[in-house]
Order: sequence, then structure tokens, then C-alpha cells
Amino acid sequence: MILRLLAITFAVLCGIGASDGPTKTLRFGAQGGLNSLDPYALNETFSQGTLANVMEGLIKRDENLKIVPGLAERWEQLDPKHWRFHLRRGVRFHDGSPFTADDVVFSAERARGPNSQIKARIPDDAQVVKVDDYTVDFILATPNPILPNEWETWLIFSKAWAEANGSVHVQPASAIALDPGALKANGTGPFMVVSHEPGTKTVFKRNPNWWGKTEHNLNEVVLQAIPADATRVAALLSGDLDLIDPVPVQDVERIRQSEIADVLVKPELRTIFLNMDSKRDELLYSSVKGKNPFKDARVRKALYQAIDIETIKTKIMRGMSQPTALMISPLLFPLADQFHRWPYDPAAARRLMAEAGYAEGFEVGMDCPNDRYVNDEEICQAVAAMLSRIGVRVRLNVMPKAKYFEKTGPRRYDSSFNLLGWTPSSLDSYGVLSNTVRCRDAEGRGGTFNFGGYCNPQIDALMDRILVEPDTAKRNELIAEAFRLLHNDVGTIPLHQQSLAWGVSRKINVLQRADNQVRFDKIWMQ
Amino acid sequence: MLAFAIRRLFEALTVMLTVALIAFALFRYVGDPVNQMVGQDATPADRAELRRHLGLDDPVIVQFGRFISHAVRFDFGISYQLKQPVTGMIAERFPATFELALAAALFAVVFGIPMGVYTGIYRHSWLSKVFLTVSLIGISLPTFLIGILLIYLFAVKLGWFSSFGRGEVTTVGFWRTGLLTLSGLKALVLPAITLGLFQMTLITRMVRAEMLEVLRADYIKFARARGLSDRAINFGHALRNTLVPVITIIGLQLGLIIAFAIITESVFQWPGMGLMFIQAVQNADIPVMAAYLLLVAFLFVLINLIVDLIYVRIDPRIRIYGKGTGR
Repeated sequence: MILRLLAITFAVLCGIGASDGPTKTLRFGAQGGLNSLDPYALNETFSQGTLANVMEGLIKRDENLKIVPGLAERWEQLDPKHWRFHLRRGVRFHDGSPFTADDVVFSAERARGPNSQIKARIPDDAQVVKVDDYTVDFILATPNPILPNEWETWLIFSKAWAEANGSVHVQPASAIALDPGALKANGTGPFMVVSHEPGTKTVFKRNPNWWGKTEHNLNEVVLQAIPADATRVAALLSGDLDLIDPVPVQDVERIRQSEIADVLVKPELRTIFLNMDSKRDELLYSSVKGKNPFKDARVRKALYQAIDIETIKTKIMRGMSQPTALMISPLLFPLADQFHRWPYDPAAARRLMAEAGYAEGFEVGMDCPNDRYVNDEEICQAVAAMLSRIGVRVRLNVMPKAKYFEKTGPRRYDSSFNLLGWTPSSLDSYGVLSNTVRCRDAEGRGGTFNFGGYCNPQIDALMDRILVEPDTAKRNELIAEAFRLLHNDVGTIPLHQQSLAWGVSRKINVLQRADNQVRFDKIWMQ
Repeated sequence: MLAFAIRRLFEALTVMLTVALIAFALFRYVGDPVNQMVGQDATPADRAELRRHLGLDDPVIVQFGRFISHAVRFDFGISYQLKQPVTGMIAERFPATFELALAAALFAVVFGIPMGVYTGIYRHSWLSKVFLTVSLIGISLPTFLIGILLIYLFAVKLGWFSSFGRGEVTTVGFWRTGLLTLSGLKALVLPAITLGLFQMTLITRMVRAEMLEVLRADYIKFARARGLSDRAINFGHALRNTLVPVITIIGLQLGLIIAFAIITESVFQWPGMGLMFIQAVQNADIPVMAAYLLLVAFLFVLINLIVDLIYVRIDPRIRIYGKGTGR
């Protein structure tokens, strides 16, 4: 906020914003590039967050992730099942066509239509009704108190443009012909796409006719994919790039010491946690035969208390992590301060193991990705070493993410013990619980990302109430109750929130968001 | 000669079919492409539907047959990740890799051969020792380390060259070249050295060893006895006779340069085929991997063929098929 005020003041004092217009070029190096420019084709933070510079949703979020008006100026709940959105007037798409209620209705159908990867944004059974050109009603079958939560990345299409460009439906992932809409974009946002090489390079230009107040001085943004960490860092240090995301933790100090660049760090929304298979009757990849030790909450708690989270924080994450007792970032749950981790206590852990009848410990296989989360492999190695002290001998199976999700994830769940990270796309606890804690069957119906298969009917029952509870305070109490049950029963072992680290040239001021989305219109360059 | 070439082309087809079959057998182990294509909220039913669409549930041999029947029409399918025809992607990226490989090979030859000749002739001079030390570095340091060291020194510390990318490119016909702009040429220097250093070292050491061998030969002694100039002896007689094995190596190495550009391309973010391949591996993008492996197999076979043909030209003693062609 202060940065922004300073930036605005600076702009006003120098008269830059008024007379010269934005002139700067931002060179942005990211780990991956944009593939399809269709924001409904892939539900992934980086793509959607970057495209949110070009297209906009009905709501937006500020730098603290608070909901603020976007293409909807205001909205109200007429009753728990009836939401009314009043659209902003005078907004035009990049191609000049006006933004109206038709575009919202069209986008809602498209988002729920064939091949869309963002179907969860709008309930299947909701009716989207145009009241007049600038009013849209959402009539729900069941109350949903967090309906617009995820709508910052439900980006609104122009109906006319989509029809003209053969982009009425999302291109299927298995398409054999190229959809022109996947290579072009037409939105209402502060930036426009000038050129796009999928996966490699995308060039954006300022939209001079944007409806909002310009708080940046960029004329152009060049986004390049640079997957190699060392190269990305070197490019920042040599001045070839102005912004890089992410910075590997081991390079943070080096960049901070340089004269031309700095590192911005903030806890990310993603929670890293461990899953134990408490579903199968006999544990796979284990020395224990005929039964499953992870079905015993004492064993799960023993593992929890044997993990020295502070050491992981200082030695592996180099301070760039926030240990947590919860499955959701404390930023996103107001009652988070009620929760504290079970203390690190190897002696207590050994006692619990003995009580459960595993005084001698046992052997278990652990699956771990090595290219998905910050220092994922190193965390698993540390966990394995720590567990050996209470007699749990971990055979670590480390693999690339493509392999990891195939083995550990839906369809097979071929894992006894594994590490996973989760960012709630709705920025709300319900999404976390329903994806990673809800009971599931062997095929993954239910909590698809419940890689341990933990099942607690009490929590599931609470979830059903959370989904429809309209009163925020009551709802938060229900969520806390669910988390408390999970915590006491050690259904999962939450570890930490990893940190976001952006490398920024000392020439730029940028607002870092905890959801790791980069908003070009919040960047000021000297 | 023609029969020889045709025969070699048939061999090439066999090699490529084998490579494709092995590749397909291995693709079962690269992981699940579907997870990389959909978001975290996709339902198991959606995922299963996508797998069925892509034909991933078919037996390997069926997938292989489908791939081959399309490949003979130069249709390698659509990239899972980028949703673009693979043929077009390769055509777009081939020039970058080819220019880099050519520059690296040129660097290796232009520096490698003179250094080899020099160290062969003046075995004990201090400059020879410097050359050999440099070549030791080139042979023992891994490529990615050399690349990063060069970036650190010349891009970060000295700021002479850019740290990544290909600079500005211009389009000549279908070929996007970086050779016509200053920034393109500057961007080429570091990756070309990184990629060519190992080959340069190899050539230096090889030429040196051959020179030492040849300089001991009788005909060199006779040449000296006849009072020919050192220059004529060293280059006209000795070097020429060292070239047969050197050309074989250079030829085969060119194939390796293209194939192993993967590492250099990822360090320098060079937008070529190697980078495309490594990204495809990370995402289990099977169509891209299959097409790339086939192409590399084809290049190897092609280069081998050319080397064999040149061989016959340079050294008349070599007659591969003793039919006495032309006699």
C-alpha cells in the first residue's frame, strides 16, 4: 500500500503519469511459460494469474487477497440462494466491443461447458440469468456463501469475439486441430497480448483504454520461460531480466548481496503436508504384514511428533518456510491462531509407538516428488532420517512429478506414505477439506487428492454443513471444528507453508501477492 | 556408390523403427501425461475420459502402430502440453539448434585442429602445455558447469554477452536465423563455446596423437631428407594423413552435438529442439518425445552415411564394397 502511494505520489510529482504515459518495458522470467491463452483450458495458478492481466473477472483481489470489485461494481445476496451482480458500465474489450451481461452469461456457460477445466468455479445446477444489460443473477440450487471467491480467475470472455474466433467451447485437451482462441486473447484487462509463442515467450502491451486507474508505468511486458534456476538467477544478476519467479532458496542471499537486484519473500498459500495410507487393510511397501499401522492414530501422531519441523525450516528451507498445524494458510482462515502443532518430542513419539505395539518400529516406503515443491526431495530425506530415530525405517522413492502423480495419485493411489502440497484455488477451507481430507473410494471419487485415503465420517458430515452455512462466523466455527478433529486424529501431517521468493531488479517496485500471481498493473519501474 | 547409399537408407529405416519401438516401450515409464494437462480440480471421470481420448489406455503395440502409420505421413500428432502440431514445433525450433550446433562444430574445428597440430609439433613448448591444460578442463568439466561458469564470468561479471536466449532473430524464408543481428551473434558465442568445448578438446588430442604418430613415419623422414620445408611437411604431408580418423570423429561428433545440445540449451535457455525435448520429458509429452527421438536417430544415420562417403573420397585405400567401382 505504502509502495503504491509512493509510486502514485512520485508519478504525480514528476507528471509522468499524466504527460509522458507509461514507457517502460518489464522483462519477466518465469519457471514456465504460458501454453494456451484460453484461461479455461488449464486450472493452474501461473497461467490464470498471468492471464488475469489481460482478461478480468467479476471480482478482483487486492494485494492482501481481499475481494474488491472487478467487472462487477457491486453485488448483493437477495437470499442465500440468489446472488445479484451489478456490472461496471462503459467497459470495452480490447477489440472495442462493449462489455455487457451477455458476455457474463456466455462465459458462465463456457466455463461449465465441454472441456472446461474450471467447471468448479460455478455450480453445475446454478442458473445464470441476464436481468438487464448490466445486471446478472445467479440462482443456486443450494446456498453457497463463497460463490464469488474463486471468480478473480473466472475471466470474462467477449461473446461476440469467441463466436467469431471459433472459441465458443474450450478446446479439448486431445484436440487434433488448433483452436485460434488458444493463441489469441481478448479481454478487458490493463494489458493486451501482442505476440505469443506457446511455452516460450509472450509479449504484452499496455491497454490505453483500460477502465481502471493506471498505477503502473509499463508500456510493454516480455514474459519468458526460463526453467533452469541458475540461468534465471544469472539473467537477473546480469540485468537481462527485471523480475524472476521463483528464486531458488540457496540463491536468495547471493541476490540480496548484489547491487542490482533484491529478493521479495512472503509465505505462500500452499501448504506442504504428509499423507499416511490409513485406508488399505494391509500397508503396502512395509515390513508389517496383515495389518496397517497407519490405521492407528497413535502411530500417526508418533510420526508427527518425531518430525523436527524447526530443523527443516532452518536447515532445508533456510528460514523460508512457516511451520503450520493447519491444512490451510493462516492468511485464509481467521481462527488459525487456535491451532498449534503437536510438539516435536521423539521420546513421546517412541512411547506412542510402543503403546501401539510397534516398539521395534517398522519399515515403510515413502513417495516423494523432486520437481514440484521447494526442496521437496530434501524435505523427504530429512523426514526419513528423523523417523529412523523412532524406529520407522523409511525407504525413500523419489521421482519427477509426472511419475509421482501417476503412482501416488488418482486411479492408483499406490503409496503408503507421501508428500503433497495444496493451494486452495477458492482461497477457502472448504476446498482444502473436500479435496484432501474427504473420504474417497479406490478410484478417487470423493476427496480425489486425499492421497492417504484418510476417512473420518464426522469431518465429512461437518463439511456438508460448511458448504451450505450462510453465516460466516458460524461457518468458521464449523471449519475450526473439522480442523480440530483432523488435528487430534492426525489424519495428515501438515508441515509448512513454503515461501514465495521473487527476484526483483532494484529498479522496480512491485506488490507481491501471497497467491503468487503477478499483476503487471502494480509495478512501477524507475 | 548409389547402391551403397540406398542400402544405407534402408538401414536407416530399420534403425529408426527400432528407436521408435524402444522409445514407445519406455514411454510407459515416464509418468502420466494427463496429470500435467488438467488442473488439480479435474474429476477422476474427466481424467479417465482424457486418457481414453489420447489412446493412452491402448496396448503399447497399438499406440506404436498408430504412431508409425501417422509418422510415415510426417504427422507426429499434437503436443499434449502446447496443443500444437509437433511437426511445426520441430520445424520452428530446428534452425536454432542447427545454428548452435554448426557454430559449436566450427569453433571446435577452427581451434581444435591448429591446437592439435601445434602441440604435436612443439611437444615441449609452454604454449603446448597451456593448450593441453585447457583441453583437460574441457574434457573433465561437465557441460552445464562450463555453461554456468561462462555465464557467471562473461554475462554477470563482465557483462559482455547476454546470459540467455537467442537475441534478435530475423526470418529468411521459413528459417528464423540469429546470425544476421548483432545481438543474435553475441548470444551465440557462449553457448557455442560451451557446446563445442568438449569436441574441441577431443579434436586437439586426437590430432596431436595422430601427428606424433605420423611424424615418426618413414615418409616424413624422407621428406625431411629431401629438404622440403617444415610447412610443407607438417601441413601437406603429416596433417593430411591424420585427417581420416579426425573427419570420422568430427562427423560423429556433429550428431552428438545436436543430440547433446539438450544440456547447453537448457542452461542458456536456447530455444531449440533440445530445450523442447527436456520440457517434453518433464511433462511426459509423448508425441514430442517420440518425434524428437526419431529425428535424432535419423540425423545420426544420415551423418554416418555422409562420413562414410567422405571417407572413401579422402582415403583411396578404403573401398567398402570391393566391386572395384570405376576400375
